[in-house]
Amino acid sequence: MKIRIKFAKYGTLKFIGHLDVMRFFQKAIRRAGIDIKYSEGFSPHQIMSFAAPLGVGMESMGEYLDIEVNSITSVEDMKTALNETMVDGIDVLSVKILPDSSKNAMASVAAAAYTISYKEGNFPIDDIQQKLADFYAKESIVVTKKTKKSTMDMDLKPGIFELKMDKPLNIPSDIDSDGDKQITPVIYILVDASSSGNIKPSMVLDAFCAYCNVELEPYSCQITRLETYTRIIDAQGEEKLVPLEEAGHE
Amino acid sequence: MKRKLALSDEILMQVEKPARYIGNEVNSVMKNKEDVDIRFCMCFPDIYEIGMSHLGIQILYSMFNSWDDVWCERVYSPWVDLDKIMRDKGIALFALESQEPVKNMDFLGITIQYEMCYTNILQILDLSQIPLYAKDRSENDTIVIGGGPCSYNPEPIADFFDLFYIGEGETQYRLLLDTYNENKRNGGTRREFLEKAAQIPGIYVPLFYEEEYKPDGTVKGRKKLYDKAPDTVLKEIVMDVSDTHYPLKPIVPFIQVTQDRLVLEIQRGCIRGCRFCQAGQLYRPVRERDVDVLKKYAVEMLNNTGYDEVSLSSLSSSDYSKLNELLEFLIGYCNSRYINISLPSLRIDAFSLDVMGKVQDVKKSSLTFAPEAGSQRLRDVINKGLTEEVILDGAALAFKGGWTRVKLYFMLGLPTETEEDILGIGDLSNKIAAVFFDTVPKEKRVNGKVQIVTSTSFFIPKPFTPFQWARMCTKEEFIEKAYQTKKGIMSQLNQKSIKYNWHEADVSVLEGILARGDRKLAKVILTAYKRGCLFDSWSECFHNDVWLSCFEDCGIDMDFYTTRERNEDEIFPWDFIDCGVTKEFLLKEWKKAMNGETSPNCKSQCQGCGANRFGGGVCFER
Ligand code: SF4
Repeated sequence: MKIRIKFAKYGTLKFIGHLDVMRFFQKAIRRAGIDIKYSEGFSPHQIMSFAAPLGVGMESMGEYLDIEVNSITSVEDMKTALNETMVDGIDVLSVKILPDSSKNAMASVAAAAYTISYKEGNFPIDDIQQKLADFYAKESIVVTKKTKKSTMDMDLKPGIFELKMDKPLNIPSDIDSDGDKQITPVIYILVDASSSGNIKPSMVLDAFCAYCNVELEPYSCQITRLETYTRIIDAQGEEKLVPLEEAGHE
Repeated sequence: MKRKLALSDEILMQVEKPARYIGNEVNSVMKNKEDVDIRFCMCFPDIYEIGMSHLGIQILYSMFNSWDDVWCERVYSPWVDLDKIMRDKGIALFALESQEPVKNMDFLGITIQYEMCYTNILQILDLSQIPLYAKDRSENDTIVIGGGPCSYNPEPIADFFDLFYIGEGETQYRLLLDTYNENKRNGGTRREFLEKAAQIPGIYVPLFYEEEYKPDGTVKGRKKLYDKAPDTVLKEIVMDVSDTHYPLKPIVPFIQVTQDRLVLEIQRGCIRGCRFCQAGQLYRPVRERDVDVLKKYAVEMLNNTGYDEVSLSSLSSSDYSKLNELLEFLIGYCNSRYINISLPSLRIDAFSLDVMGKVQDVKKSSLTFAPEAGSQRLRDVINKGLTEEVILDGAALAFKGGWTRVKLYFMLGLPTETEEDILGIGDLSNKIAAVFFDTVPKEKRVNGKVQIVTSTSFFIPKPFTPFQWARMCTKEEFIEKAYQTKKGIMSQLNQKSIKYNWHEADVSVLEGILARGDRKLAKVILTAYKRGCLFDSWSECFHNDVWLSCFEDCGIDMDFYTTRERNEDEIFPWDFIDCGVTKEFLLKEWKKAMNGETSPNCKSQCQGCGANRFGGGVCFER
């Protein structure tokens, strides 16, 4: 049986990298006594796949992993058991049963929404609302992407599905941080997060700052992933983005 | 509870592995500081990944936190990247749990596992903004405690510690903390606390003694500066290891650490009595943990941690009397749960090969032999009861079972070593390869070959071993010996199957100096630290030239500590510590070594080492 787990990762946990989060969940699943399926072979491992890795330093309210289990009492029990063994900064938000036919979490990812907040309050950019709108209205947003081997021009525009100033969201935190990111407006962005067209929110932020002729101090912004989306065809035959958890049921 | 991290996001994002500095791991303990009387910070003076792999800290951390009036936290050495940032910005070193400065704690307990961490101890004190010399600390400064194997010769670093706890921590810490509390309640001074502490068994307060020297530089005696301080300090030891504190909820790190698995300590001590081995003497007598207790612990701890691997810990697991029963249980329990069992170096025989075959991928794993010396004569000198016959028989069995990799460990520079002994290393490696070609028919050879990795380290005489009287080789001698070993291996018929690794000589010489050092060395260590020496056990950080200049500038002769011949009646800087084993016994063993005579192990015949005075363990089991 396939299970999809949604979790939040914030506060101190933002300094724990993707591989270590995987290791954390492998142990948590054993602590919680979940009857997970193991692969065959001489060194069997838990059948587990994560949707989209989150960079160190980022927080998230919408992370996903899929596992396969042999048996389960109820999704509610599993959620409770997992939450009992989490640490501060990582919460299991939902546990859903997936149809057997569904694609794994990673292959399902189509888009992700983020907020970008300025840690010390308001962004030091005048008239940011208008500037952001103008920036997003451009025909193309070309940035130079540096890889190990080459540099390459890339147009971000087709991959940015939404970009605006927004009200802050209440992100929980286990650390007591200075500044009040809770009150000041944040940048909201919805971007392509598929394996072929993934756009990092920091790339958009950098391009926007360059457009405004503003240089922000490194690490002065907090990027938070709000949700990870998959693309479905709804009853009306329309393509639409829905959170990954909606592929499953209770 | 909301915590405020001691380091800003900006700093944490700049340093390698920020997870080293944030705490919050599974099973780490948060308490309300207002609710406790005593705050204790445990330290392992090396990076997080190494420190977190140490069982001793997990035991004490768990024991302290089981007491309502104590909050025990942890600190490790900030790696060089963060070290620099903290110095530049004047950030005080902090404990992982509360993220508060270490200097706010009542105690800082440092476990000292190897000599090459001495400069790291100074880094911890310095970054914590605690005065380096104990004599310079004032009423409100944190009390700095040392423990662990190196505290059995604490003299080179004695000036930096308020007190040392000699021996196993489970026994006297409660009394020490109660004494502290009572002294605080009564408005007593730091000095008054130290005076009372000095009268607790196992506690050594260096400030109450002065080392006196003869004109030749050796120790003449010790002058007491406080009359109630004891003349000798007897180590503390837990006699019933089945009924003592064990960390059933060990901390599980987020990042991969050196020992990334559950550790089950099956016994303490070793019956063997290898003459070069310090642990084999320090932890006498052998005390086994009850097998049913261990089974229960294993299950409970696996549930509490979620580890997918369990490892047995002991100096010599094959000597544990219920090993068979324990392994059978573990294999049964773990196999169905996809939990691996990692086996510490077991004696290679039919039993251990059978077990290893069940829990490891034979093709990927390797066999380990530690003959330590290349000839039977020299193995008799060091009392390593491993014969060539046993090694070759074990190898033959293993090759038949499908193993193709063998690791061999030797020491160079052992007392009485000759060229013949050194050439014996190549010989033995070659014979093992020959056994492979003899036992495994061509068509069955995986990749057609056998891989033998022969490694040598340099012998360093340690306090409380029969070899504490031994002369240590010079760096040049060591290098020559490694060269001879290499030549010996190259001349073998099967040399293509043998890979040779050897250890750095510089760092071994320094370790030798610090191991048998006296109080005069404190200024050298401090000078080295001030000149930037740090993480000396990391080859990329070790600066031998800086150390050499420090010895020279402090007017300390390195050879005095290493190559000098020591008389039988010399007073050693560590003689005031009593580890249970008598100096007479060690001297008898030293003489037997010189005659090439072996001594049987504790289980076959007691040698009267003195450790039976603790009234238990193997000494009373026959
Ligand atoms: S007293 Fe005898 S049995 Fe006990 S540790 Fe010493 S040698 Fe071994």
